[in-house]
Amino acid sequence: MKNFAEMFRRLDRTTKTNAKVDALADYFLQVDDEDKLWTVALLSHRRPRRTVNSKLLRAWASELSGIDTWILEESYHVVGDLAETIALILPPPEQDYDHTLTHWIEYIQDFAGYDEEGKKEAVQEAWRGLNTTERYLFNKLITGNFRVGVSQKLMTRALSRATGIEETNLAHRLMGNWTPNDTTFEDLIHSESATDDISRPYPFYLAYQLEQAAEELGSPAEWQAEHKWDGIRGQVIVRDDEVFVWSRGEELVTDKYPEYHLLASAIPNGTVIDGEILPYRDGQPLGFNVLQTRIGRKTVSKKLLKDAPVVLMCYDLLEYEGRDIRKLPMSDRRKLLERVVEENPTEGVLQLSPVFEFDDWNDLAAERETAREKFSEGIMLKRRDSAYKQGRKKGDWWKWKVDPLTIDAVMMYAQRGHGRRANLYTDFTFGVWDGEDLVPFTKAYSGLTDQEFNKITAWVRRNTVERFGPVRSVKPKQVFEIGFEGIRKSTRHKSGVALRFPRMLRWRHDKPVEEANTKDDLEALLEQYGG
Amino acid sequence: MPLLTFNDCGIFCERADVYIDPWKPVDRALITHGHADHSRWGNKYYLCTRAAAPVIRYRLGDIKLETVEFGEVKTINGVKFSFHPAGHIIGSAQIRVEYKGEIWVASGDYKLEDDGLSEAYEPVKCQHFITESTFGLPVYRWTPQEEVMADINDWWRQTASEGRTAILTGYALGKAQRLLDGLDTSIGRIYTHGAIENTNEVLRKQGVKLPETTRVTREINKKDYPGNIVVATPGAIGQPWVKKFGNASIGAASGWMTLRGARRRRGADRGFVLSDHCDWPSLLEAIDLTGADNVYVTHGYTAIFSKYLREQGLNAVELHTEYEGELAEIETKGNSETEKENLAADAE
Repeated sequence: MKNFAEMFRRLDRTTKTNAKVDALADYFLQVDDEDKLWTVALLSHRRPRRTVNSKLLRAWASELSGIDTWILEESYHVVGDLAETIALILPPPEQDYDHTLTHWIEYIQDFAGYDEEGKKEAVQEAWRGLNTTERYLFNKLITGNFRVGVSQKLMTRALSRATGIEETNLAHRLMGNWTPNDTTFEDLIHSESATDDISRPYPFYLAYQLEQAAEELGSPAEWQAEHKWDGIRGQVIVRDDEVFVWSRGEELVTDKYPEYHLLASAIPNGTVIDGEILPYRDGQPLGFNVLQTRIGRKTVSKKLLKDAPVVLMCYDLLEYEGRDIRKLPMSDRRKLLERVVEENPTEGVLQLSPVFEFDDWNDLAAERETAREKFSEGIMLKRRDSAYKQGRKKGDWWKWKVDPLTIDAVMMYAQRGHGRRANLYTDFTFGVWDGEDLVPFTKAYSGLTDQEFNKITAWVRRNTVERFGPVRSVKPKQVFEIGFEGIRKSTRHKSGVALRFPRMLRWRHDKPVEEANTKDDLEALLEQYGG
Repeated sequence: MPLLTFNDCGIFCERADVYIDPWKPVDRALITHGHADHSRWGNKYYLCTRAAAPVIRYRLGDIKLETVEFGEVKTINGVKFSFHPAGHIIGSAQIRVEYKGEIWVASGDYKLEDDGLSEAYEPVKCQHFITESTFGLPVYRWTPQEEVMADINDWWRQTASEGRTAILTGYALGKAQRLLDGLDTSIGRIYTHGAIENTNEVLRKQGVKLPETTRVTREINKKDYPGNIVVATPGAIGQPWVKKFGNASIGAASGWMTLRGARRRRGADRGFVLSDHCDWPSLLEAIDLTGADNVYVTHGYTAIFSKYLREQGLNAVELHTEYEGELAEIETKGNSETEKENLAADAE
């Protein structure tokens, strides 16, 4: 783990992409294949199963350090990361263990066979022999959520440099349903057969938000426009008479959506479709909140299938008759996609995402204005001659999202953030006026610059009214423009509404607090868009 | 009536009619040390240690200021005042106040580790102890200065070997000189930000030995910087001023660098954990050494730290003051003071 910790320190010290790639590539050249494989797994969100809950970890750290749990908890609110908090409060190490990353991961996986006392002894024993950074990493391995500011793309680039295998090729190999427990580095990276894993998806092509005016994209004839449907991006694979459904987060979700199971026999083997898992009934998409009832459910009841049925709204075709066709132009792929959808008995499970024909950007702008009522997030623009690339790329694909809904709200409560924003007040609760009173209706965490967060943190310190553990109530003085993508009724929230993707658009220094919006304004939005 | 009380202006001794480190203008102010949140404008009379005086005069200009030696007793209306080393920066003091057997100590900012420049901290017995709590959480534990300076010098050596400039940040008063004192001048030359060099001049004049430094000015050829180190104020980072150093590596020296979030937010390439305040173990040690039963917790994690002390059986109270401690070093980037520093540096 010494190599791993040193690599982590190097990554953590820099924000420069090249320096990160250097650190990773150096590391890949130093360690054996087992450690390489585990590192690739960790950096592509394939973490080992969690064997200890964080409550127990807290208790054992408290015991070993002689620090009461309440003060550990307070420290956690300041540090913003439990693994780090524990690493810092433990007494200095008594030993210096030098084992490989794989050793420690296996050590942790063995916990599954221990009782609570056995786990405690094993964890405390490890803590006694690791330094602060190593303890932090060890704790991260136990608790999961291992984030080091390295994207999969960056890791792939470093691995490419260390192995000499081309980057796009590697990216594809690293996709899919493998774990370090069921493959080897050699098999994953070097084996020549492309069909070794029939469930392996293609990397998704993602678009950036359009920043310039749409007209600047040139002639409408060069662009394909369609709605950006508001579901979950997914990839449906049919190979060897089996169907696999992947979400964009590289999660295999086949079991969660039985609607798609008939595709195994309904469409030809060697077909891969990129589309949107979309709640849909009687020729109409349903709101995202309908889909939310299915996310996270492992077992799908008949009632749920009836209440929240899904289709695949098809955007693109990546594999046709067993061939990777990602390099064909969008227009050709679209024609083949239409053939797949129209010529096979899919019982409506596959829907073609309609292409909006337009000669004038103004017409498209008008269509974009209808997005919210159609339960779409806006318009997707794809160059008709574009290939299907990997990852988020500028130029050929753009998302042109509908402007967010907005409301001017008053800051009521503040709480410290996590990770990079630890010890700064970044998590706020906002309210609207109901007569003389403020009614809290949403939280928001993002949208301000670091400098603005610094300013508001200093302000919160000086204007705290009361403290409730980590939360402070503040004087009702600051107005923020809150942007959000949707609004619906909610029984779980005191205000009766729940917002989708709320964030701070602007700090309204110019707006007197009395002029913030009211509960009536919020209800009017609910009435209009709450469907 | 206790000997010291706390009001809107600061820590007040009614019997002697003096304040300690007031944050609003008063007639008579006893000052622990020269940092801006402890020695402010507008008081009619100042009293501080002889070692602290030059910087305070430099910062506040034409003020009525008297000095005392460490340990010297000054009696005002029967109340005995004396100043004792706080180890925070050069000249920094804890102020001991005694009247009819009642003894208070206002410690200002302090640290226990002897940094080799500041007068080393001395514990002072008392019944009532006023303490800061800037780093009053068990996650803050410092490593010895020697190790931290070795890391800093390694980083400078590495940066120099890559043909780049190292930029190291710390407060203009205190931290900067501590860093200068620990730098290995066999690696290269030391350049200083104007605000730091101004402070250096004041300190050198009073006899403090610092290594040779060169003030960063427009006249210096940009090609002279690579391989060398620039010691700058935290506020200078992110300003146009740093552009002249080209492809530089930035190191920040602060207690806040303990936390990964703060290190990443700071935008520094390297964070070095070095503070002129107490860490958790030394706060507890200091309080224990005073023998005080009554502890008043000022700036920092006041609520948490005082609750912890109460659990240890002390009478601990949380106080609201306007002292900032090391907070100012990280969270008021772009505030008026650093902007002024930059203007001053650019004008030179």
